[in-house]
Amino acid sequence: MATDERDQAAGAGPEAAGLDVEALRSRLEGLAASRGIRQWDLGASCSTNTSVQVDRGEAKQMKGSQRSAITVRVWNSDGLVGITSTSDLSDTGLERALAGARDASDYGNADETPAFSPLAKAPLAPLQHPERESLSILDLLSTLKDAERQLLDRHAAIATVPYNGLAQARGERIYLNSEGAIRHEKATSASLYLYARAEEAGRKPRSAGAIRLAHGAADLDISGCIDEAAELTISHLDYAPIGTGHYLCVFSPEAFLDLIGAFSGMFSARAVLDGVSLSSRESLGQPLSVPFLSIHDNILNPANVAASAFDGEGTPTQRLALVEHGTLRNFVHSEATARAFGVAPSGHAGGIGPKVGVGVSWLEIGPSGSPGAATGLDRFASSGHGSADGRGVVVIDSLSALHAGVKASQGSFSLPFDGWLIQGGNRRSIEAATVAGDIRTVLNSIVGFEGEAKVTPEGLCPAVWVDNLSITGEA
Amino acid sequence: MVVSASARLGSPSGAVRSSSSGLLQDPLWRQRLEPLLAGGREAGADLVEVFIERTDRIGLLAEQEAITSVSPAFGMGAGIRVFRAGFDGFVSTNDLSERGLAEALDQALGMLGLRRSSVAPSRFEGLPPLRDFALAKADWLDRCPALAESIGRLLQGTASLARHGQHLQARRGNYSRDWQEVLVAASDGTFSRDIRLHQSLGLSLLAADGDHRSSLARRYGSEGRPDELRDWDADASALDLCSSAATMLYADYVEAAQLPVVLANRFGGVIFHEACGHLLETTQLERGTTPFADKLGEAIAHDAVTAIDEGLTAGAFGSMSMDDEGMEPQRTVLIENGVLRRFISDRAGELRTGQPRTGSGRRQSHAFAAASRMRNTFIAAGPHSPADLIASVDRGLYCKSMGGGSVGPTGQFNFSVEEGYLIENGQLGKPVKGATLIGEAREVLPRISMCADDLELAAGFCGSVSGSIYVTVGQPHIKVDSITVGGR
Repeated sequence: MATDERDQAAGAGPEAAGLDVEALRSRLEGLAASRGIRQWDLGASCSTNTSVQVDRGEAKQMKGSQRSAITVRVWNSDGLVGITSTSDLSDTGLERALAGARDASDYGNADETPAFSPLAKAPLAPLQHPERESLSILDLLSTLKDAERQLLDRHAAIATVPYNGLAQARGERIYLNSEGAIRHEKATSASLYLYARAEEAGRKPRSAGAIRLAHGAADLDISGCIDEAAELTISHLDYAPIGTGHYLCVFSPEAFLDLIGAFSGMFSARAVLDGVSLSSRESLGQPLSVPFLSIHDNILNPANVAASAFDGEGTPTQRLALVEHGTLRNFVHSEATARAFGVAPSGHAGGIGPKVGVGVSWLEIGPSGSPGAATGLDRFASSGHGSADGRGVVVIDSLSALHAGVKASQGSFSLPFDGWLIQGGNRRSIEAATVAGDIRTVLNSIVGFEGEAKVTPEGLCPAVWVDNLSITGEA
Repeated sequence: MVVSASARLGSPSGAVRSSSSGLLQDPLWRQRLEPLLAGGREAGADLVEVFIERTDRIGLLAEQEAITSVSPAFGMGAGIRVFRAGFDGFVSTNDLSERGLAEALDQALGMLGLRRSSVAPSRFEGLPPLRDFALAKADWLDRCPALAESIGRLLQGTASLARHGQHLQARRGNYSRDWQEVLVAASDGTFSRDIRLHQSLGLSLLAADGDHRSSLARRYGSEGRPDELRDWDADASALDLCSSAATMLYADYVEAAQLPVVLANRFGGVIFHEACGHLLETTQLERGTTPFADKLGEAIAHDAVTAIDEGLTAGAFGSMSMDDEGMEPQRTVLIENGVLRRFISDRAGELRTGQPRTGSGRRQSHAFAAASRMRNTFIAAGPHSPADLIASVDRGLYCKSMGGGSVGPTGQFNFSVEEGYLIENGQLGKPVKGATLIGEAREVLPRISMCADDLELAAGFCGSVSGSIYVTVGQPHIKVDSITVGGR
């Protein structure tokens, strides 16, 4: 095995599992040569994780894991590609993986064969990615118990925090190929989520929560997470049904990023080539949205805990303009899609395979700097932040069921949400409702942005005002 | 069956397919596991459970007339869970060496403040003879179609889509074969082995004509049927999908309203899965997130509703010979004529809630601790015909095909409608799309007022605390008197 020796004390946090890159490379070269395989590459990852959950002051579950995964890709004598994945990093496992990949290459797609990224050996941007020491699992447990207690103490109606977790991970990933490319990256991360459930006599239970990410458990903004979870949960206690109709809506940063992410096939060259994107080759340079919107993809943003310097094919990652001043500027690419479009890979390959997935990583959404943004908001501010018929403004705080309610290749969505109706200066939680529409219409119905851009796990975005969205309620 | 050896992954010269001779068979593992279980008990654990798995998977993707992805994968891993005084620690690892397993046990013990000691008296009597559910399944992997045959069958599917479809912009077929060998050993005397074989087939398409777009998919799945892919009627599946796509391509979006709905059989059962099934899992009892916690013996649904969860139906996606805690599955009547009878329980659920285990401890893989999860869950057939249900609605929605759904911590559920039709004066009307149904479990169950006589099951995937697992949902046609239909 290529993993380092470990001596982990009982109850301790995750220590570096360790991939010995040179040893792995040497073994693969030998195995490939013995099987007559001249072109190959490999993606591998290894991680150790610990996590805890609590329930009303007691440990609910404590978990630890050690995981390793490897994918080997080979090109056969006809230039066709095959892969095999395994969690077995032993010599036997590697040998089986190589043989399996070679067998699978007999069925490689001659019409579209991936190649090594021409940028797999290009210099990488330095990462602002500190590695943090792990805490013991008992420290995690103590921290989470305390956070739960503080959240329960915030309001008499908050009786439980049924969904909670504090986790930390230490991992590394590598990319190697037979032309000498070597990519190796290590990272630590931690996450905290607190979802409270509150119930008042004679009323329905309500729930809301918050999440925080950091490079290490000691860096997590725990009090901020508690504050946000408490504030949101309490804000939903006073609820009422909403009437069905069309409303001016304000998406929270999280909700808007979720919505754009669900339709990010608009920006994927892979989806364009497959004919399942809302965009086409001809869409580049064409208007996509209101002229004051910009969208960039930037996994390297220092605020992104999951920042990475290279993609699954070893290509350096970068900040890429997707939409500028409302115009579609670029698609995200892997090596194969870039070749098909005659451009350079953009660092968005999801891994290695016979057909490589391509997707956005961490979105920065905001105004392009045109006065249009402020103009849009001013129009509604002058009427007291309400729609023309006095229905009020709907704040969409979080969207649910994106896996079911989004038709990415059609552009349509119909999604349950949590939020509030702001009417006459009052904010009241909406009992149960859905929001429906077409993403292209949404992008052209943005009237402005509000507040500073907020860092979320999915990206960076301010609140986004969108006019005339269809809301279904129970009033 | 005659298969070309050269076309077969795992042929003698190949390396992908696992040997089906039973790598996890006794006595090798008995010798390795007994000291672990004894060590855990000596350390003070009430119970120690070890779950070992070996997997062999392959995924295929066909697009138009080409196979664009062949993705084999294999692996092994272990999950060790230790219980003490109602609490548990769980550690998973890919390192199945003696040292790797010992370290995992020590880490799990350490989570509960325990440490192995050689001086404490042993409270473990050793493992009993292996209960081997896998013996008759040893040849399942070898009996599955070889790669060339699988590819040929899948390409028949995308070719049939081209033959039957109109305005098709993209055609896809996918196939996955998931072979899993598991061994469960616990200090309470559990020692069982099983082999599972899940196969899943899907067809999807995108039709486009000007501004009109329609994307639809169908999925089929089975457990324990090596010939599933050979027996698949690709043409009938493609015809069914293309027929729906042609209808939905020009459909209007549904108008939002409170409406009576008739939900078709098969995957219509997702309503019960989301609206009620999850809320009857003991994981929800433990969290305090089910409104049915104190409702055993009480009416929670219309008396037309009887609902069952079981793991026994031959070939069904959620069936199994034993659950992931080594227990044989049961047929569990959850609701009988509207009255709540049982919860779905696993080992931890029994320990913490007192609800007896039902053979429902399930997990995606060794990386997850088992939890109480649904298997094949359905509403039982009733006395009516589907036409009776539609005829009883003046103005409503007929949901012929459903997408996925979810349920939240307050019992609010939702699911999407892939293919819908308006009902007007008891007759099916024009097709509509874009509907999402939302509701609250306590409110919707009493509104399921009619059940038809055409119960059928459909394969699905369910994601929850112990990962993504194979399940079936099912029901006959049912009528819900009123529900919120989200639309435009």
